[in-house]
Amino acid sequence: MMHNLTIAEQIKGLKNRDFSSLELTQHYLNRIDNSNLNAFISVTSDQAINQAKMADSILAKGNAASLTGIPYAHKDIFCTKGIKTSAGSKMLDSFISPYDATLSDKLNSQNMVMLGKTNMDEFAMGSSNENSYYGPVKNPWDTKKVPGGSSGGSAAAVASRISPFATGTDTGGSIRQPASLCGITGLKPTYGRISRYGMIAYASSLDQAGPMTRTAEDSAIILNAMAGFDSKDSTSANISVPDYTQNLSKSLKGLKIGLPKEYFSEGLDKGVEKVVMNAINDYEAMGAKIIEVSLPNSIHAIPAYYIVAPCECSSNLSRFDGVRYGYRCGDPKDLNDLYLRSRSEGFGDEVKRRIMIGAYALSAGYYDAYYLKAQKVRQLISEDFKVAFKEVDVVMGPVSPTAAFDLGSVKDPVSMYLADIYTLSVNLAGLPGMSIPAGFSDNLPVGLQLIGNHWSEELLLNTAHQFQMVTDWHNASPVE
Amino acid sequence: MSLDKNKVKEIAFLARLSIQDSELEQSTQELNNILGLMDQLGEIDTGDAEPMAHPLEMSQRLREDQVTEDDLSEEFHEIAPKTGNNHFLVPTVIE
Amino acid sequence: MTWETVIGLEIHSQLKTKSKIFSGASTAFGAKANTQACAVDLGYPGVLPVLNQEAVKMALRFGLSVNATINKHSIFARKNYFYPDLPKGYQISQFEIPIVGNGVIDISLENGENKIVGITRAHLEEDAGKSIHDMYDEYTAIDLNRAGTPLLEIVSEPDMSSAKEAVAYAKKIHALVQYIDICDGNMQEGSFRCDANVSVRKHGDKLGTRAELKNINSFKFLEKAINLEVERQIDILEEGGSVVQETRLYDSIKNETRSMRSKEEANDYRYFPDPDLLPVVVSDELLLDIKKSLPELPTEKKLRFVDKLGLSAYDAEILTSQKEVADYFETIINKGADAKLSANWVMGELSAALNKNQVEINNSPISSNELFVLISRITDNTISGKIAKDVFKLMWEGNGSVDEIIEKQGLKQMTDSSALESIIDDIISNNLSQVKQFKDGNSKLLGFFVGQVMKATQGKANPKQVNQILNEKLS
Repeated sequence: MMHNLTIAEQIKGLKNRDFSSLELTQHYLNRIDNSNLNAFISVTSDQAINQAKMADSILAKGNAASLTGIPYAHKDIFCTKGIKTSAGSKMLDSFISPYDATLSDKLNSQNMVMLGKTNMDEFAMGSSNENSYYGPVKNPWDTKKVPGGSSGGSAAAVASRISPFATGTDTGGSIRQPASLCGITGLKPTYGRISRYGMIAYASSLDQAGPMTRTAEDSAIILNAMAGFDSKDSTSANISVPDYTQNLSKSLKGLKIGLPKEYFSEGLDKGVEKVVMNAINDYEAMGAKIIEVSLPNSIHAIPAYYIVAPCECSSNLSRFDGVRYGYRCGDPKDLNDLYLRSRSEGFGDEVKRRIMIGAYALSAGYYDAYYLKAQKVRQLISEDFKVAFKEVDVVMGPVSPTAAFDLGSVKDPVSMYLADIYTLSVNLAGLPGMSIPAGFSDNLPVGLQLIGNHWSEELLLNTAHQFQMVTDWHNASPVE
Repeated sequence: MSLDKNKVKEIAFLARLSIQDSELEQSTQELNNILGLMDQLGEIDTGDAEPMAHPLEMSQRLREDQVTEDDLSEEFHEIAPKTGNNHFLVPTVIE
Repeated sequence: MTWETVIGLEIHSQLKTKSKIFSGASTAFGAKANTQACAVDLGYPGVLPVLNQEAVKMALRFGLSVNATINKHSIFARKNYFYPDLPKGYQISQFEIPIVGNGVIDISLENGENKIVGITRAHLEEDAGKSIHDMYDEYTAIDLNRAGTPLLEIVSEPDMSSAKEAVAYAKKIHALVQYIDICDGNMQEGSFRCDANVSVRKHGDKLGTRAELKNINSFKFLEKAINLEVERQIDILEEGGSVVQETRLYDSIKNETRSMRSKEEANDYRYFPDPDLLPVVVSDELLLDIKKSLPELPTEKKLRFVDKLGLSAYDAEILTSQKEVADYFETIINKGADAKLSANWVMGELSAALNKNQVEINNSPISSNELFVLISRITDNTISGKIAKDVFKLMWEGNGSVDEIIEKQGLKQMTDSSALESIIDDIISNNLSQVKQFKDGNSKLLGFFVGQVMKATQGKANPKQVNQILNEKLS
């Protein structure tokens, strides 16, 4: 079955004319049609067919780019020209983007085939994909459970094999956590690795795009296409892109793995802990050395993140005012009415909460105590990692304290925030992080988190790939 | 730091969000819960740590002073909620 | 009960870059509405700012010109507020750490004295768009062409104590930004905007509450608005009331200021460093390059005119106040013309003609080269100063070059001594009684003889020679 092939295999298949891009695309479009996970906000079938046909003609000529003809699902946070880009929000339900995000452009230039835009927590704010204007996404492993968020649609699509890969974004764990909950491989690269131009901003100093795939090898292939300097993004790093697929098979003998003791305390579900420790044992068996490290300020990541992110987003979302695009309330009486009603009717509750928190934390008299203090804590968290990386090459631990939870079961915002404990620090420090399938707890997937030093994506992918060579978790599927 | 309902209304207006009186109680409570989380920051001794605005040690790149953008106003106006005479329109503002 | 006035000015100077400060859209004035506002300027979801290097260089040029501290690491901050001509809902500006710090500039007061005015800071920011309230009845129309144009906001210390001083300062800055070619100074088009912070206090008291005056687009109105405001505040205070800190708009038609509603309503700007931009780092090399590229500044030029050219301070001030005038003048003297004579001509005849015909010196029908030739013809005695004025008028009207006009009109001065002598001999022999009176002591009659000579030569005799010969012959 085509959908059980990895991207690496599909690339070969297309090259060898085992099947065409059109066949591959139609296959996926049918599967999407029959899926009830609500993983997609828009399915761009007509365009996809056209793109597939174009890809096939290029493949026939023999001068195709590496990913020509490969279908993908694009998180609805990336602007796609001429196509609805909603960020999961009523505010942008009517927004047809007049331009392409740099990332969209990059994938288009390889003549890939976009199947559609995936569902997500509104404006990337959430950890369960229950905050979408378009309804929640279901976890393909158990449709009564959440897929995680905010890239829930992307994770569910890849896990249920209705797309070979999907793009995601990660601000506090939004690639890694849904990857963990859905049993797929998610990578958030170093901050600045992938352009943010055209990626609807939530928290500018934390947001980063990344690939969501089934395997680390696929992740490396996609990262090659996504990464790179962009002159339109001032925070884009001008660092060359290596071939991330080159060193996937290097031996892990002697690799020093750090386990932060703070990540293994109460609050971590026993079932999850077991899976993570088994994975660590597998690494030991491969010749890695396991060393205990300490990230003493990691517990402060939650208050630090839940100040920095809301502050930045409260400002980033001010542009949504019903004036130039997006939702405008009916019959505004005056300017304030226009703003108040457009914004209150257009935004969901979680978004409004975070905007309010941010506005408050930045307001006169509170800046020092909140925003400035949070940024200082951020520095401490970053330094903790610097110290750790003097001793070890990779830090490992859980992604999420639990496996997927029931839809509608977590109503209290604060409880939801607390579950981000293992992923937030990575964004605050701008480090690369991955989640790879490591096992199951109560029949639900559990991911292992890998955290590397800045620009160590190659090492992370290598570390992940080697694990996937001796384990089979990444091949497990909730579907045929 | 605890917010009272009036402060919540103030902040909402600052962010141009309206909270119905019926929701005000709940919103205030929710916000206070979240603030309780944030207030933990107050207990942390950050010593002489500098605030970190960006995770990477980079400085601002400069762009050459060239005109690189074409006039796309027609496309832009197509997706605008209300335009007239090539302008974006909002309810009259009195200065 | 003498009141002291305390004034500080905030000047927004539009930098004359080709493209916007954070995007590649054009900044050209006068384009059809919204045709120069790209995705970044419009604040579409996902767009990002990238900094224009020319804007940075221009800010540095200004900083160096006022001997200011340059902050080698400066930060862009967001100033958050809602207004329809502010697309992102925040203005990218600089708050805690501006690119230019403390500087100074000296201004000339009416009594000829100099005063030093402190400049607190100058920072880079983006301009907002335009709101047009009278295009529709029920709507305000928004044109975002101007959104994103680079501004340099120059903030003075509250060092000025009268409207006239404030105007002198504003004019000095106005001239300076044009001198260093960072702003075209066009107040009608809005490229140079002055806001005044005005307060009053009794001598010895601490600073009074200030009001900010906006919407002033000429120096004349600046002076009027400030004086009005000072009066208004004094009236309030003398009646026992207190001044409210607020923004007031100046209405030039009604000649009054009125409080600005809603826009400035208790605005908490929630400044924080813009996370889409990184710290602006200025290297020593860049500063050195810019320093080298600066033209001679007005103050230095004025000193040179006084010291090296022997001009009076007053003349030097006038000639250096505008770069175009200074350039025009220097073209003439660099060719070798006499400085004082050139100064008189530029400040006299030329200036009068330009003013009368409402022409800028850059568009003068008489170029600096041509004026140089005219002045040379005076110096080499081809024509007298008096005749030169006639030639000037004819040149202005386009009747040809200096030499062509002199030739055609036969205006050449008579310098041939023997010819002059014989004419003078004739006049003497025909006016013997005046000769006797002159020799008897009526020295005023010299004028009579000079007049006769001029009549006989149609004004072309060289006055100096005439005087010389007359004195010889009448002694």
